[in-house]
Amino acid sequence: MKSLGNIRRDFAPWNQPDAKPYIQFKNITKRFGDFTAVNNLSLSIYEREFFALLGASGCGKSTLLRMLAGFEEPTEGQILLDGQDLRGIPPYRRPVNMMFQSYALFPHMTVEQNIAFGLKQDGMPKAEIEQRVADMLKLVKLGQFAKRKPHQLSGGQRQRVALARAVAKRPKVLLLDEPLGALDKKLREETQFELMDLQQTLGLTFVVVTHDQEEAMTMADRIAILDKGEVMQVATPAEVYEAPGSRFVADFVGNINMFEGKVADRNGAAATIAGANGLTIRTANAGDAAAGTEVAFAIRPEKIKVSSKKPESGDNVMEGEIYDIAYLGDMTIFHVQLGNGQVVKASSLNATRATEDPLSWDDKAWISFRNDAGVVLTR
Amino acid sequence: MNSSWSRFNITAIVLGFAFLYLPIVLLVIFSFNESKLVTVWGGFSTKWYVSLFHNQGLMDAAWVTIRVGLISATLATILGTLAALALTRYTRFRGRVLFSGMVFAPLVMPEVITGLSLLLLFVAVGLDRGFVTLTLAHITFSMCFVAVVVQSRLVTFDRSLEEAAMDLGAPPVKTFFQITLPVILPAIISGWMLAFTLSIDDLVISSFTSGPGATTLPMKIYSQVRLGVTPEINAACTILIGIVAVGVIAASLVNKQREVQRLRDEQAAQRG
Repeated sequence: MKSLGNIRRDFAPWNQPDAKPYIQFKNITKRFGDFTAVNNLSLSIYEREFFALLGASGCGKSTLLRMLAGFEEPTEGQILLDGQDLRGIPPYRRPVNMMFQSYALFPHMTVEQNIAFGLKQDGMPKAEIEQRVADMLKLVKLGQFAKRKPHQLSGGQRQRVALARAVAKRPKVLLLDEPLGALDKKLREETQFELMDLQQTLGLTFVVVTHDQEEAMTMADRIAILDKGEVMQVATPAEVYEAPGSRFVADFVGNINMFEGKVADRNGAAATIAGANGLTIRTANAGDAAAGTEVAFAIRPEKIKVSSKKPESGDNVMEGEIYDIAYLGDMTIFHVQLGNGQVVKASSLNATRATEDPLSWDDKAWISFRNDAGVVLTR
Repeated sequence: MNSSWSRFNITAIVLGFAFLYLPIVLLVIFSFNESKLVTVWGGFSTKWYVSLFHNQGLMDAAWVTIRVGLISATLATILGTLAALALTRYTRFRGRVLFSGMVFAPLVMPEVITGLSLLLLFVAVGLDRGFVTLTLAHITFSMCFVAVVVQSRLVTFDRSLEEAAMDLGAPPVKTFFQITLPVILPAIISGWMLAFTLSIDDLVISSFTSGPGATTLPMKIYSQVRLGVTPEINAACTILIGIVAVGVIAASLVNKQREVQRLRDEQAAQRG
């Protein structure tokens, strides 16, 4: 698997100026009556990319996927796949295949017949179909279930049949609509890695729709975060998490503490932010926020350290009181109430079995973080 | 809840079933009566069954009934299925609610009115009453039953099955015949059986719309009964009851077995 890892590590066509996008959404708008599901959206996806559309329900992510599959036509705009305009091409002539949220396995056909269905539509010779179906069954490890009907399979097996059926035709793009939504947590985690390996093995472009940020973060090369039919940010999982572009993205992905305030003073990239009730935050990078701008300083809980004694040094040190403690086993989450009343979330990894610095409810506590631990958000 | 055999429970069941089945049991018993007098027991005999098969009038009527039943049930199933598809699929046209309601209306329409209006129509267009008008009338009233049965299945039909088929390269017509039709087939078959049953035991509408040479079995029996009940009629009815009972029991046994098998499969799948 090392070779796959290397491919994945070097894969970043979106940073190469001469790379040609494989799928292009150009100013797509989709209206259903008065409701605008997708609003003037543009997006580029590259060949062999594992791309995730992430958003809450009703954000337009499924509509986007259905427009790519051909079940909906955009009201305005253009979708290009490998340079070809998809407008007016019915779903049964598009070189994309979809894995449905409900799996949509044909109940009156066996596993084998389900997988062969798409190949038969292409008029593939019988011997070749048999070979391909056998390959697919091997790929998803369902060889001994070939003759079963969908209702004789468990949820995880059904999911794999749906996957095998969708990739059997070797589509240019595989669309996955909440592919793991119906699986339980443990199975979901296993399947995430299986999907990633499968994508690398087959060398296909995957576009996955999900509302589960963990799923998107684990699997995708890049994530597009959607809200109300618009793209909020497109970036790699690490960028989305560590450098969110707006308050919405910062809040949507993972846990975060937000300090609303004003840029008081700028010194090169560094700045001082004056928050509510005399709170002062020093940051090493304030981006393009000029002095006097209303900003939010956002910092992830794991980047804040909690201690019972005042740290001897630190860029940002604040005094507070333990308000709540949640012990999760692998980590503990502290809610610390600061002097100004704001509650800050801080998490610390339980790297040893015994806690060196025990903290309890209502204890006095100090929080501290480095000046490069957070981001300054202007939007 | 008390599920034991209390005296009240037993009484209620005996009374209820007696009320339902006593007349039928009497009819069956008297069909084996030696005596020609229907209400007087004269010993066991099967002679009325033999004479039944030599009664050309009854046999002709039975043959008409079966032919009308098969043709009208088949055509009603096709039309009813199309109506159900249109009403569940094209949800955006104006007046859909009105149309859905209108499909149900014939279900509660008094048969006399349906029969009379059909008669008026046939007279108005100058269609001679006979086998054709009879069949048309049966299609008319049984079609809406089929539509209702198929519609209730289509409401729970997962449309993503059709989308999946199209996504995999099947054009709409192919998708319908290879995916939609096989999946809703059980409902269509139930609809056909319902239409067939309604057709073979209809009397009122048939009386209005039939003509010379197209007398159905219920019409024949009714006209003979007016001249006096004969044990022959009892025998004919007993055979009808037998056919219906065998059909119903077979259908429910098959269903039951399929259900049990399905449950067993699903449990096995969850384990393995």
